[in-house]
Amino acid sequence: MSTQQQQPEEPQSQEAPEDPEMRGAESPVDEKEKQGGDIDQQTTPEDELEGETVHIKVFRYDPEVEGKQEPRFDDFHVPFEKGMTVLDAVMYARDTYDSSLTFRHSCRQAVCGSDAFFVNGKQRLGCKTQIADLEQPIRIEPLPHQEVVKDLVVDMDHFYDQMHTVEPYFQDEDTPNPADLEEQRQSPENREKIKMSSRCIWCGACMSSCNIAAGDNDYLGPAAINKAYKFAMDDREGEEIKEHRLRILEQEHGVWRCQTQFSCTEVCPKDIPLTEHIQELKREAVKKNLKFW
Amino acid sequence: MYEHDVIVVGAGGAGLRAAIAAHEAGSDVAIVSKLHPVRSHTGAAEGGINAALQEGDDWELHAYDTMKGSDYLGDAPAVETLAQDAPEDTMRLEHWGMPFSREEDGRVSQRPFGGLSYPRTTYAGAETGHHLLHTMYEQVVKRGIQVYDEWYVMELATSDEDEPNDRSCHGVVAYDVQSGNVEGFKANDGVILATGGPGQAFDHTTNAVSCTGDGHAMAYRAGAPLEDMEFIQFHPTSLPSTGVLISEGVRGEGGILYNSEGERFMFEHGYANNSGELASRDVVARAELTEVNEGRGVDDEYVHLDMRHLGEERILDRLENILHLAEDFEGVDGLVEPMPVKPGQHYAMGGIEVDENGQTCVDGLYAAGECACVSVHGGNRLGGNALPELIVFGKRAGRHAAGEDLGEPQIRTGYGDDVEDETETELPVQPGDAGLDTSSGVAADGGVAADAQGIVERKVEQARTRVDTLMDRDDGVQHAEIRQKLQNAMTDYVNVFRTEEGVKKALRIIRECREEYQNVYVDDPSRTFNTDLQQTIETRNLIDVAETIALGALVRDEFRGAHWRKEHQERKDDEWLKHTLISWNDGQPDIFYRPVILEGQDKTYEPKERSY
Ligand SMILES: Cc1cc2nc3c(=O)[nH]c(=O)nc-3n(C[C@H](O)[C@H](O)[C@H](O)COP(=O)(O)OP(=O)(O)OC[C@H]3O[C@@H](n4cnc5c(N)ncnc54)[C@H](O)[C@@H]3O)c2cc1C
Ligand code: SF4
Ligand code: FES
Repeated sequence: MSTQQQQPEEPQSQEAPEDPEMRGAESPVDEKEKQGGDIDQQTTPEDELEGETVHIKVFRYDPEVEGKQEPRFDDFHVPFEKGMTVLDAVMYARDTYDSSLTFRHSCRQAVCGSDAFFVNGKQRLGCKTQIADLEQPIRIEPLPHQEVVKDLVVDMDHFYDQMHTVEPYFQDEDTPNPADLEEQRQSPENREKIKMSSRCIWCGACMSSCNIAAGDNDYLGPAAINKAYKFAMDDREGEEIKEHRLRILEQEHGVWRCQTQFSCTEVCPKDIPLTEHIQELKREAVKKNLKFW
Repeated sequence: MYEHDVIVVGAGGAGLRAAIAAHEAGSDVAIVSKLHPVRSHTGAAEGGINAALQEGDDWELHAYDTMKGSDYLGDAPAVETLAQDAPEDTMRLEHWGMPFSREEDGRVSQRPFGGLSYPRTTYAGAETGHHLLHTMYEQVVKRGIQVYDEWYVMELATSDEDEPNDRSCHGVVAYDVQSGNVEGFKANDGVILATGGPGQAFDHTTNAVSCTGDGHAMAYRAGAPLEDMEFIQFHPTSLPSTGVLISEGVRGEGGILYNSEGERFMFEHGYANNSGELASRDVVARAELTEVNEGRGVDDEYVHLDMRHLGEERILDRLENILHLAEDFEGVDGLVEPMPVKPGQHYAMGGIEVDENGQTCVDGLYAAGECACVSVHGGNRLGGNALPELIVFGKRAGRHAAGEDLGEPQIRTGYGDDVEDETETELPVQPGDAGLDTSSGVAADGGVAADAQGIVERKVEQARTRVDTLMDRDDGVQHAEIRQKLQNAMTDYVNVFRTEEGVKKALRIIRECREEYQNVYVDDPSRTFNTDLQQTIETRNLIDVAETIALGALVRDEFRGAHWRKEHQERKDDEWLKHTLISWNDGQPDIFYRPVILEGQDKTYEPKERSY
């Protein structure tokens, strides 16, 4: 008995993006599927799934391998187990059916940020998404708006560059000498203030969901702005540096680009209130009377 | 070929700290890592960092607790260095911006942790490792330290003199995961391995998929012995389907363990009549497995950890993250049902043998972090002692490699006149090389004396051939099959419970894995992001590492720390106050022993019973 069908069920032409070279193979968003929409509400009760197989459709693309240069979807049927996540399912498919199925993953516990995929039309962390909460067949695609390297792996360099642009490090030069062990004081309230912003795991889901980032390649993006927020709001750094930070965020492709669509906030697996943070930075900038675009 | 003064392999807490230290010492340092730094498994640490910061506490107490926790198999110079340097290095993290949890007066908070005589665990919420990792990566970015991320290091470029102590390391061979290109990295002053734990040798682990013991295996094959590999810490409460850790906090707050018959077995079956669920990790882990083995496990696999009686309010207040973990990774709502838990491999106390400066017996080769064994943890690691080890010994290795004088080390490494030879134990199979694989590291290739450059070039050629061989084969066995077999053997026989018969069986299966590996092939024909290839190479490393764990578990016929032997239920101080060392010996592993150092700066740590 074969639990896997190698051929895509639907004609490939419907699924494949026109030209993978143009902007990398951007993962397609199937309109039908998208409208079928409310995935989270039409879920399958877990008990019904016990002993069943799960049907996943996984995006495949490899610029080097004949037959994979044209993006396609492969179908896999994997046995369901209680607690199974999307990551478990693709790992099972890889280890059992096709060892060339490629994706990043490591921690399996939502801390390394490697496995943000586009699952049933939404950016989600594979390891943190329960199969039982999804409608089948489950479509698993690479993050949209990023260049696809192979299968579910996207090029993260641009994301990292944006993160680095905001000078994401304490500017304070003095480190204590061994004789002087005093910490810098920080109130619990201030620690609480930066708490959510400090949880980012660099998964890139927010950036991928953002329309503005899709249209403006230089836009810092929600994650980088949030990173800057963390530093700007940390009282330990002092006013002067805060102003310097706000100036970075003030530039043409900074906070003012955000049109408060909340898509980033919706997809963030760490529940970081990204849009709120961006709004707060806008207000700070206005308060400080910094020039804006 | 790339060239730097110091090459750091790995970008977790240990690697990042080593790189910063080398950079501060004026060295041209680069990091080569198979994962982007922020993906490293240090990010998963929850609990905290032990450091004697407060008045009333001092480093000597920390050292004492650590030595006791190690069941007297820690080396005093290492333990004392850890305890002395931890406060300074923790404060440094604070000055680099790490968001530690705070007290009302603005100072960093500290909390009590198992086995500590003083509340000296600093933490940053339940995400200490995440913040430590990100804070240090930020400092790496600030300093403009070069990071080659998603480069997989395959082998060390080491000279091949007969005696490992005469060898020297001149760089590494790595391939770019994205393109598949194999390249040499020449290191003029030193290579620091900071590759993390080997948890993937086991079927069920709290470690990441990337924790494959690569550094262990590479150093081992290059001649540096692996030390005390039999000491593996199993955590009693990990989720069955993924191995995700449910922190001790649940039991600390009053969570109760039940078997399938609804019995509170820690008490009702007499495993720990005083402390019950709060007994030490190894005791609880063994109790759970006994329940399962005796037919009282739920689904024959796990037990239940129940916190419902604590009430929603208290759970939400103190254990909220646990609710998310159970929900996201096991699909269980901890407010309405008990959570399934079972023991999972968690931490490797042993590792690459190094001294206080992070140096192995091979000149220019260093190791730090979980892949190294200084030895701080001896037979058992205390919670909160791994993170300070990363920063203290990462820093020292970085400095030393960059040429700073840190003084003469007191710990000796490699084969020498202070070791005890050979073991009496009868081995069921010949460990080591199965003959055909081309990757044995220090393959004798005519012994042509080469300069550093030549050594790196030669290794690059060997590595390219190896990749081509793996890719060219059209059929054979796939790594996933071998890996699963290996993991099952380790989990079945070298787990919490170890019997002579079982461990021998594991060694036989490991041998089979080794033989099967001679026919391994990579199915994915692409050079682009070939994770099939990467996992195939990792699997070879896991075989080497698993074998040393099993060998150590067989020869050490006593019960010390985390190492439990059915036939030997007591700690044998007369015989076993010594480290197990296993040396690759060009494919025919050698076992020898080095006495533990219990003499500290001012006092000697006399072995006492480890009771709490
Ligand atoms: C769930 C969990 C919770 C924990 N909680 C605590 C705690 O509260 N307190 C505490 O003190 N300890 C804790 N520990 C232990 C501690 O976190 C680890 O021991 C420590 O983080 C390991 O750090 P490392 O830098 O040695 O390795 P890692 O952080 O694992 O980093 C390894 C690095 O090596 C790289 N690498 C590996 N192989 C290669 C290769 N072949 N080529 C190139 N690069 C390679 C990887 O990319 C990675 O960057 C916990 C561990 C776990 C699993
Ligand atoms: S802000 Fe959230 S979605 Fe964006 S990278 Fe960070 S964790 Fe991911
Ligand atoms: S595997 Fe690490 S976040 Fe999912």
